[in-house]
Amino acid sequence: MRALDETETRTMFTKLASYTGASLSNLIAPPAEGTAVTERMVFRLVKDRVFYLPERIANFATSIPRDSLLTAGTMIGKFTKTGKFRLNMSSLSIIAPHARVKCWVKSNGEMPILYGSNVLKAHVARWSEDAPEHSGCVIFNQNDTPLGFGVTARSTAEMRKLEPTAVVVFAQADVGMYLRDEDTMFTT
Amino acid sequence: MGVGRRMIKQGPPPPLDESKITMLKKRKAGEPEIAPKAKAAPAKKRRRSDADEQTTSKKAAPKKSKANGAPNGSAKADKKVVEKKVAEKKKPVPMSDSEDEDEEMEEMEDDEFGDLDGVSDGSLDSDEGVGRLSDLEDDDSVIDSDGDDHPRETMFSDDEDLSDAEEQLTAANIEGLSRKLDAEQQAEAEEAEQELQEAAMQTNIAGDRPDVFGQDGQPGLAPDLQLLRQRITDTIRILGDLKTLGQADKSRADYVDLVLNDICTYYGYTRYLAEKLWNLFTPMEAFAFFEANETPRPVVIRTNTLRTNRRSLAQALINRGVVLEPVGKWSKVGLQVFESAVPLGATPEYLAGHYILQAASSFLPVMALAPQPNERVLDMAAAPGGKTTYMSALMRNTGTVIANDASKPRAKGLIGNIHRLGCKNTIVTNMDARTAFPKAIGGFDRVLLDAPCTGTGVISKDAGVKTSKDERDFLAIPHMQRQLLLAAIDSVDHSSKTGGYIVYSTCSVTVEENEAVVQYVLRKRPNIKIVDTGLGDFGSPGFTSYMGKKFDAKMTMTRRYFPHRENVDGFYVCKLKKTGPTPVTQSSTTETSTKPGRARSSSKTESTDDESYDKTPILDEDGSAQDHEGGSFGPFAEDEDQERINRAERNRLRRKGLNPKGVLNKPKKSKDASASKGTEKPEEEKSEAKKPEAKKPEAAKKSSNEGKGEKKTVTKGEEKKEKKEKKEKKSAKK
Repeated sequence: MRALDETETRTMFTKLASYTGASLSNLIAPPAEGTAVTERMVFRLVKDRVFYLPERIANFATSIPRDSLLTAGTMIGKFTKTGKFRLNMSSLSIIAPHARVKCWVKSNGEMPILYGSNVLKAHVARWSEDAPEHSGCVIFNQNDTPLGFGVTARSTAEMRKLEPTAVVVFAQADVGMYLRDEDTMFTT
Repeated sequence: MGVGRRMIKQGPPPPLDESKITMLKKRKAGEPEIAPKAKAAPAKKRRRSDADEQTTSKKAAPKKSKANGAPNGSAKADKKVVEKKVAEKKKPVPMSDSEDEDEEMEEMEDDEFGDLDGVSDGSLDSDEGVGRLSDLEDDDSVIDSDGDDHPRETMFSDDEDLSDAEEQLTAANIEGLSRKLDAEQQAEAEEAEQELQEAAMQTNIAGDRPDVFGQDGQPGLAPDLQLLRQRITDTIRILGDLKTLGQADKSRADYVDLVLNDICTYYGYTRYLAEKLWNLFTPMEAFAFFEANETPRPVVIRTNTLRTNRRSLAQALINRGVVLEPVGKWSKVGLQVFESAVPLGATPEYLAGHYILQAASSFLPVMALAPQPNERVLDMAAAPGGKTTYMSALMRNTGTVIANDASKPRAKGLIGNIHRLGCKNTIVTNMDARTAFPKAIGGFDRVLLDAPCTGTGVISKDAGVKTSKDERDFLAIPHMQRQLLLAAIDSVDHSSKTGGYIVYSTCSVTVEENEAVVQYVLRKRPNIKIVDTGLGDFGSPGFTSYMGKKFDAKMTMTRRYFPHRENVDGFYVCKLKKTGPTPVTQSSTTETSTKPGRARSSSKTESTDDESYDKTPILDEDGSAQDHEGGSFGPFAEDEDQERINRAERNRLRRKGLNPKGVLNKPKKSKDASASKGTEKPEEEKSEAKKPEAKKPEAAKKSSNEGKGEKKTVTKGEEKKEKKEKKEKKSAKK
């Protein structure tokens, strides 16, 4: 378990920033009184997986042999062999509160998303204004429960002209993966 | 009520046919909603009308008393026919005689009722009153039986109709529902009791000593389950009152043997396990326990308070067509599910981590542990994570929860659940908890040990337990539990301001895995005591004695849960408080401080080893030896010393898993060569050398990590700087 080096940090933060925008700084904000942040949060790398956790817990975790340490805190994603960073499903709880582009789906669109399909225009109930094309987007249901995240297929302006069956968000991960990919999601 | 009186007047009925009883039983089982009161009431009414008419059929009365469960509204002619048939079947005795008897009896009764009608209006009134009462009760029972279906349906449809009606799920509503269900349960219980009494009355007639031994079916044929069941109930009834019901030439052991064999055949237990479970209860209760193991426990979900609250979760699930209610007063987060139109393990709410499917019994150890925010808590056997996530939720995602499980495949589900439910303060490890704690991390405020067990409390979930567990398991598993509990105790920080607690729980009901284990650690660790679980009156107290074994008097503070009593899985919860440091280390440190010696130093090295409890006997001997050596400075008995040294050496080797015999000769040789001190010292050095060795690989790993990372990140300060730099860089890029 170690801190990320510079290139790794840059890769990962670029990725995260595409979902959260400038509010990414909230993730690593130092603890200050009067805010919700009470502890210093850090990113740690174990093999190729990145975890997001309070520093206190990271220090605890150092005393556990690496082979037997399975997770600590929340797993954010992993670095591929080519050096890219891939967000994991479990990062949803981290990025959802800070999401820049959001998309709310109607109740009839919930199940298709949970089965891993893309978001169609017909299912969209609400949509962030001025969302650019190909930017990260967090998908919510109408009770504001995050269901997954993906990448916008069109900008907001273009989307208005589309027919109802057109794809507006390419799904990357959804909470249904907790069932579908349970075996492979967290294996190291 | 009426039945009893009638029976007294009527004298003994004709002997009962076996098949008739089983039919009756079946019918009763089929329609459990009809209360015996309801059955009795019409019978009484009819009786009165009979009396009025004075032209009753002669056999109606005996028939009624015989077959209580018979539908009451049928025409008299039918009754007659049926009755005749029954009578013919049952009584090969001369018909005329019996009819005469019946006639006489009927006349008597009629007379009596005539008297009742004519003479005393008051009595009639009272009778009517009773009738009314029973009518009322009858009505109640009707409501109750309806209550099973209708309220749910209405709730269901209502909620679909006005989905925004939140009043539907106000606390009052929930309360009302649960109250109704309580009432229902009570009624059911009463009913069952009455039925029992009735059954007792039916067969508990003077001179009736059922012969349960003579009913053996042909060997080799499949057993008749109906008969078998009948015989089990009979035998259990006899065991309840052996003096009056038992046969003279049979002992209690014979009856127990018979019923155990029957239970093995009927439920499919191994004889060993059946006997073990049988010995836990009274015969009546044991039967109830075996019965309860055949029915599934209610499905319970736990609200994840990190994501939602119970009311909004219930509302969301009701909208999906799930019928549920709060699980009971003892839990604020549990919801009991009666039926569901959707699979509960795949709803969007489940996937979003709003709840977890968790047996009601597994709430209890966490509630007993009561972890507080900002504590350091350990869950030694965590998978699949129900309890871990509950702890995390109780701590509101503060502090640290270390969730350990020895099995990697099971830990996968644990990790999934932890992430799904949004627990951010957990570390998941995959170690053998017996040796890893407190070696890797110690000093916990609270430790939960939900020990792996034989699973005799969850037979309804996993019927494989009935046959798969043998004597060996009941020796090996408690042994492991003892090791785990000792490790748990040693991992706790006794001086913790808020905690210092250990909760030991198993999903097993046997004494070997519960009270015996706790008693063992009480003996091994005098620095712990049993404290109240904080679960209130829910559950039954633990045993203080069992089959000749006496346990600590405070064992009543531990809690047992049984499927037939509390309708949860069989469970055991014990809360311990650590009051001081483990005395072995204490004594060894004091000893070393007072007087360093070879034997003591060896004991010290042992104490740094993972298992320290084995050396207490050695220590005692050392202590006695110390008196002689230190006090009188007498002549040293070399032989005796050598014997002790050898024994200590053997113990040490055995503890390390080496063969003591193989290495035993060596110290002798070396002893021959040099003094005993010479043999001990190298060992000391070895064991001391071990500690740095153990630390070294970690250091090596760290350094290798750093090497991989191409950048040395040693201190926190540097890390901080790095982060800041990166942030600045990033913002600059933007």
